Amino acid sequence: MGANEHVAIDAKKRYQAGVLKYAQMGYWDPDYEVKDTDVLAVFRITPQEGVDPIEAAAAVAGESSTATWTVVWTDRLTACDKYRAKAYRIDPVPGQAGQYFCQVAYDLDLFEEGSIANLTASIIGNVFSFKPLLACRLEDMRLPVAYVKTFRGPPTGIVVERERLDKFGRPLLGATMKPKLGLSGKNYGRVVYEALTGGLDFTKDDENINSQNFMHWRDRFLYCMEGVNQAAAQTGEIKGHYLNITAGTMEEMVKRAEFARDLGSCIVMVDLIVGWTAIQSISHWCRENDMILHMHRAGHGTYTRQKNHGVSFRVIAKWLRLAGVDHLHAGTAVGKLEGDPMTVQGFYNVCRDTVTRQDLPRGLFFDQDWAGIKRVMPVASGGIHAGQMHQLLDLFGDEVVLQFGGGTIGHPMGIQAGAQANRVALEAMVLARNEGRDIVNEGPDILKAAAEHCRPLRAALDTWGEVTFDYTSTDTSDFVATPTAA
Amino acid sequence: MRLTQGAFSFLPDLTDTQIAAQIEYCLRKQWAVAIEFTDDPHPRNTYWSMWGHPMFDLADAAGAMQALRECREAQPGHYIRINAFDSTPGWESVRLSFIVGRPAVEPGFRLVRREGPGRTLHYTLESYAVGRQPEGERYAT
Repeated sequence: MGANEHVAIDAKKRYQAGVLKYAQMGYWDPDYEVKDTDVLAVFRITPQEGVDPIEAAAAVAGESSTATWTVVWTDRLTACDKYRAKAYRIDPVPGQAGQYFCQVAYDLDLFEEGSIANLTASIIGNVFSFKPLLACRLEDMRLPVAYVKTFRGPPTGIVVERERLDKFGRPLLGATMKPKLGLSGKNYGRVVYEALTGGLDFTKDDENINSQNFMHWRDRFLYCMEGVNQAAAQTGEIKGHYLNITAGTMEEMVKRAEFARDLGSCIVMVDLIVGWTAIQSISHWCRENDMILHMHRAGHGTYTRQKNHGVSFRVIAKWLRLAGVDHLHAGTAVGKLEGDPMTVQGFYNVCRDTVTRQDLPRGLFFDQDWAGIKRVMPVASGGIHAGQMHQLLDLFGDEVVLQFGGGTIGHPMGIQAGAQANRVALEAMVLARNEGRDIVNEGPDILKAAAEHCRPLRAALDTWGEVTFDYTSTDTSDFVATPTAA
Repeated sequence: MRLTQGAFSFLPDLTDTQIAAQIEYCLRKQWAVAIEFTDDPHPRNTYWSMWGHPMFDLADAAGAMQALRECREAQPGHYIRINAFDSTPGWESVRLSFIVGRPAVEPGFRLVRREGPGRTLHYTLESYAVGRQPEGERYAT
């Protein structure tokens, strides 16, 4: 790729006023030896027609670290070579003409400790609008242990959450309350009570339930906690409702969190759109108040879904694990929302591993050592039902919250029956898997057998057994021949 | 009521064959199996009485099933559960817990509401069986 024009030049020429290629300014170094302490990023870039991919890669490194479009003599007052990110590798994307994966290394000193705001301002602050690139996507990052250790991570984590809830050996079950808007506090609490008494572990506010005229937040909290405690009394189990504390200001959010705590709630939730700084603040509050923090990834589809431009959700998941959330919506693969199964499994690995291994078919470009930081419980939510239990358990294992909103509340025999159907289907499937049965192939038979002693499950299978959402995913693996099907 | 703690309480009570199959699963995962019992099944009663130590070096489920039979005989009218412990780094906790014995009649819990300022309520669960009888005599056998 025209190696000559990328050769570094001597310092005197390098700092003459004028415009140089980014590659010549030192942002391209194919011989660079990656340090264990470097932050690494891989971008998918689509250079404009006629733009040399190496120069485009160097521009990405430049614009996400120290560069501006022209030479500045003030560079020479600094150890500028250290602060320059280096693009060190570029590969054509398999099967995608005109797209390249470029890998960039950043020195650890470029980043403030314990601040996702600073990390994101650096890595995605500028470069995505850069004219010579038609499109740009941050595909993955490797965060060095030295950097990971500057974050406190999830306030609770999977292990402690399960110990607090006293629930082990099966996925947790949840449901989002429907209709998501319009119910009064008293009616809303009724749905919470019915779903939890029927057999769910958690119920959930949706992302846009805050404090509207039809239901002010205090009303919602009071009635939901009545439902939670009444259900606990009737089942002898610990129950919870994700009280959405998302609000217009940080002060208001903390006020709502404190009210949830004072009412005895074990969990609160915020939406991703509150922003990184608010997420880290509320995470610290949760740690100090023994509160589980549920993250609803509201808005992520605006930048994660299209493959050629934006930020992959696996990167968002990594940032959220550092920022410190306990639950994270990470896709269902089989439900109504976007998600290629292998790609989604990659997100789950990021949430749950102690060390995430490079796994290109799952979109994971790097080994990532999580340095003992707690595990995030992934949440599968959106258009899933009891008839898919074998697929869900096979894809995601035990450490997940399966959320059946419509699949609980829309049950023909009522909400309690819907919850019971889901719980029976789940327990029957876990039991069968543990006994060594092949649940992928025998799943429908296992469900049918379980339905013989559970009429609500029979009704659920009759109503939704055949429902599938068979659409092609957009965010698919680049390293398998054909997109995976659920 | 039916206490629904544990992984399999929504299914019909497990037979001994089914219990043994779950223990075999735990052993394949190299988890230690423990038996615990109580007559105070409050959801926040974390520490049930241990029926001996967790069994760390079992070759098969037979030994644990024998211990379970002894526990049932010695503690009639109690809740009995099987816990499996995983010592893998990063887990080091219970990985499976399920109920394998329960009293014939389960009177359940009373929800006590204490009213506070601003319409707030402070909730407490009280077991009817625990309130009525001392330890060891709470469930008819």
